[in-house]
Amino acid sequence: MTETTIGTLSRIAGSFVTAKGMLNAKMFELVKVGEVGIIGEIIRISGNTSIIQAYEETEGIKLGEKIIGTGKPLSVELGPGLMGQILDGIQRPLPLIADKIGPWIEKGIEVPAIDRNKKWQFQPIISKGAKVTSGDILGVVQETPSIENRIMVPPEIVGVVESICSEGDFTVTEPIAEIKTSNGIKEVLMMQTWPVRQARPYKTMLHIDTPLITGQRIIDSFFPVAKGGIIAVTGGFGTGKTVLLQTIAVWIDADIIVYIGCGERGNEMADVLERFTHLKRTDSDHPLLSRSVLIANTSNMPILAREASIYSGITIAEYYRDMGYNVAIMADSTSRWAEALREISGRLEEMPGEEGYPAYLSSRLAEYYSRAGSIKTLGTKDREGSITVLSAISPPGGDFSEPVTRNTLQLAKVFWALDFNLAHRRHYPAVNWFMSYSEYTSFLEDWFLRVDRDWQKLCGDARALLREEEELKEIVALIGADILGDKQRGVFELAKMLKEYFLMQSAYHPVDVYCPIQKTFKMLRTLLKFNEKISTAIDSGVPLQKILALPVKVGISRMKIVPSNEFDSVNAKLTADMDEQFEVLIQEAREEKNND
Amino acid sequence: MTKSNKGLTFFTVNEIEGSLLECESVVGIGYGELVKIITKDGKEKTGQVIDVSDKMTVIQLFENTSGLNIKSIGIRFTGDTIKLPVSMDMFGRIFSGVGKPIDNGPDIIPEDYLDVHAATINPYSRLHPTKVIQTGISVIDGLNTLLLGQKLPLLSGAGMPHKRLASQIVSQARVPETDEQFTIVFAAMGITSDEMVLFRNDFLKMDAINRVVMFINLAEDPAIERLLTPRFALTAAEYLAFQHDHHVLVIMVDVTNYCEALREISASRLEIPGRRGYPGYMYTDLAMLYERAGIIRGKKGSITMIPILTMPDDDVTHPIADLTNYITEGQIILDRSMFKRGIYPPIDPLICLSRLMDKGIGLNKTREDHKQLSDQLYYAYAEGKTVQETAMVSGEKALTNTDKLYLKFMERFEKEFINQGYYENRDIETTLNIGWDLLSILPESELARIDPEILNKFHPNYLK
Ligand SMILES: Nc1ncnc2c1ncn2[C@@H]1O[C@H](COP(=O)(O)OP(=O)(O)OP(=O)(O)O)[C@@H](O)[C@H]1O
Ligand SMILES: [Mg+2]
Repeated sequence: MTETTIGTLSRIAGSFVTAKGMLNAKMFELVKVGEVGIIGEIIRISGNTSIIQAYEETEGIKLGEKIIGTGKPLSVELGPGLMGQILDGIQRPLPLIADKIGPWIEKGIEVPAIDRNKKWQFQPIISKGAKVTSGDILGVVQETPSIENRIMVPPEIVGVVESICSEGDFTVTEPIAEIKTSNGIKEVLMMQTWPVRQARPYKTMLHIDTPLITGQRIIDSFFPVAKGGIIAVTGGFGTGKTVLLQTIAVWIDADIIVYIGCGERGNEMADVLERFTHLKRTDSDHPLLSRSVLIANTSNMPILAREASIYSGITIAEYYRDMGYNVAIMADSTSRWAEALREISGRLEEMPGEEGYPAYLSSRLAEYYSRAGSIKTLGTKDREGSITVLSAISPPGGDFSEPVTRNTLQLAKVFWALDFNLAHRRHYPAVNWFMSYSEYTSFLEDWFLRVDRDWQKLCGDARALLREEEELKEIVALIGADILGDKQRGVFELAKMLKEYFLMQSAYHPVDVYCPIQKTFKMLRTLLKFNEKISTAIDSGVPLQKILALPVKVGISRMKIVPSNEFDSVNAKLTADMDEQFEVLIQEAREEKNND
Repeated sequence: MTKSNKGLTFFTVNEIEGSLLECESVVGIGYGELVKIITKDGKEKTGQVIDVSDKMTVIQLFENTSGLNIKSIGIRFTGDTIKLPVSMDMFGRIFSGVGKPIDNGPDIIPEDYLDVHAATINPYSRLHPTKVIQTGISVIDGLNTLLLGQKLPLLSGAGMPHKRLASQIVSQARVPETDEQFTIVFAAMGITSDEMVLFRNDFLKMDAINRVVMFINLAEDPAIERLLTPRFALTAAEYLAFQHDHHVLVIMVDVTNYCEALREISASRLEIPGRRGYPGYMYTDLAMLYERAGIIRGKKGSITMIPILTMPDDDVTHPIADLTNYITEGQIILDRSMFKRGIYPPIDPLICLSRLMDKGIGLNKTREDHKQLSDQLYYAYAEGKTVQETAMVSGEKALTNTDKLYLKFMERFEKEFINQGYYENRDIETTLNIGWDLLSILPESELARIDPEILNKFHPNYLK
């Protein structure tokens, strides 16, 4: 253990305190400040004087009180018991705090991140005498009904298993194995700690070639997410970032979700907790919480913990990635994180960059996002894991040219631009189909081809139709609507159908909330078929009004709420009806022509 | 324990600059500690330690520094942080922005002293709001429903009737499932004396004065006091809600004045400004206020909050409005053009939002058709506006018959649904029925956001 250093408080100004007489202080070392012992981090050292940023309110702390160093940088505890937890930005379980002191969080409260008394049933999968290296799995623990925790040899340990416990119940601090290394025998516990600002090691980065299906039609078809990718969800207040992220958290086909409420609303966090505790994908599934870790640092909680929260989150994500899981991490919102950074920098009187953000904003963002990716883990045997990062960005005034959005878009490969105009019309998800993009589409071609051979054409045609509508709108604005023939009016109608019946998707409808990828493409195919039919029918002299009155249109409008197990038969009937009803119209038109 | 200097008076002031006072430090001074400043003639002023080091202590004064003389002022450290004396006798009383009675009544006999910077509510201990408050105003109840424990701001512009609307809400709002009225905590920041009189008269007229606690910081009061006013008010609200089980409605007016004070103080402390000169921490600062609304598991009371702010130039992207909307659970925005057309309340629903609404409405809560009806009204009104634009660009002749019906819907919707009297208190049932009447202007085939079953049950065509 490192010796602790003790100093005396010589200045307190807001969340910054200065300590004298700190002999062995290290940068980023965690300290306890004052009699109440609030947590702080050393951020500047000159001689025996350290400047410390406190993670909590310093009100009431007095000149001359003590500061005690812990010898360690801000770290998280990693081990069984983490899954299903609800933590604050510096990994204190919120339910425990509530149990201990009631509904208000008082400063200086200390609770262990991982329960020290709980016993876990450990099952070894390796025997004495085996040669092991960091990342190798020694045994497993069923952490929750959904997640098996794989107990790994911690980083930087290589050697031979000297002893390993046989199956039995252990706490996270009891040694379960001993490994003989060149530096002597090392005990391995089920729990390890890791400094949050340091990425956990892996073997190699892998190519991106697989999507993560979200169940959101506009996303899976137009702007897909790749496993190991970086996604920016950007939009002004109320455009639907939070609802979209939360919906995706439930449905995305990742194994594990880390959800960070970073500087946002308390009631929203209450809602997330409630949802994650009860929501299941299917009746036989376990609640989402059994494969999630939640981090809640709401807007009124200390900003320094807010700044730390995304690092705590991604370190936890890396820990499960290293076991071989696909983890999706969501942070709502990284703008609040950046503001915390700005505030800290401002208080340190650093030279401000653009809009007061520190010059290192972009490098800090890069540090965070570089921890995303699909990787081959450490260890003797090949194992793959991934972290997919989804971040909400809340630009002031909804203006995407501001620093946080711009710097994030340098790193993110997927951009979902949420649009005030769509949101005001209650068109959700309010993803603007002209501004948004996914640079992964081409990497994912092979995968999607296996789902639907025509997917590129389907998406391409649909987007072309939306563009055509936009161009027509501009013409109408210039010249007026009377120049429009039935053909052009047909484009408006179909674009409207595409928006209302396909792109719009309710997060609150039990069926519509999730659309399987096959169904997404089939819906597109049916809509586009309707489009072709309109075109032919109009060419044959059928008036648009008649087409729009076709009963099959009602069927199309309801495709999205047809449960996926009934969809194929409903859809087959729909296409057959469509053929038949158009045939009748065209026949009528011909007869009318002949009668003239 | 470190030694405390409680009760001792020091004469060590070195400098006075603006409302900041610098003095020599003494051991044991606490950050955020409340200090009393004693002037030569024995008067007391209050201040707070905002920076303390071995070398010096900086005190922020809450009152005017004019007339202070460096040599003659004494400083007394109280060893305490800022606290509000509370008791159930606060009702009907008027306090200054820093919690002193200003209605010529006696001091209250405190039951307790509460720290005005309340600790954070543990998000895990919050109960998500689910109960609807009926305000009697259609455009709110029908389309942007307010829930118990929600924070929903009124964003307005100079000269628009937000104060009136606030008074109407105070007079009409009912605690869900009861016929009781709310306890009102009223925090005025930087308003004029005649505005204060108006509010007070309103409360008197509606016989509400005995359920109101007022904290008033007037325009001429020091800016620093303005920063404390909402904190005092919210502390009173928390006391009433969480210690005495009241359902409290907090009205804060005008948050714009509050933010201006924040900017002023920040500039005087030479802090680096953020967007448009407002301090970078304004988001967090506002969140510390707004997030004090809510419901806590195991507590019977609640705090619902309606902050009111006037947007400079009616600009929603102005930092004050923008940040507020990023923190609150939706927004009600007053619209200048509707106001000019004589519509009261001049609320354009398209730019409004109640984020919690979906959790509170529907079967067994308001009525099963509420959600779909509201979605359809939204859609129809938006469509009507689009048609109106087309008509303006290309003339009426460019409109189809359906277009014309949308236009008609839009006009009647503004006149009959949005528009209502200052004394008109509509229950939710009435609001929803007006909505249906108006939808019946449109062909049934246009009502695609409503399920057939709901249509059969509520559409006027099917009602006998
Ligand atoms: N997919 C959706 N389906 C239905 N309603 C939605 C959907 N997305 C958003 N909404 C509606 O829009 C409201 C605002 O959405 P949300 O809270 O996600 O916005 P936001 O972008 O996170 O805003 P902020 O930046 O202020 O946090 C929701 O309360 C809900 O009423
Ligand atoms: Mg949000």
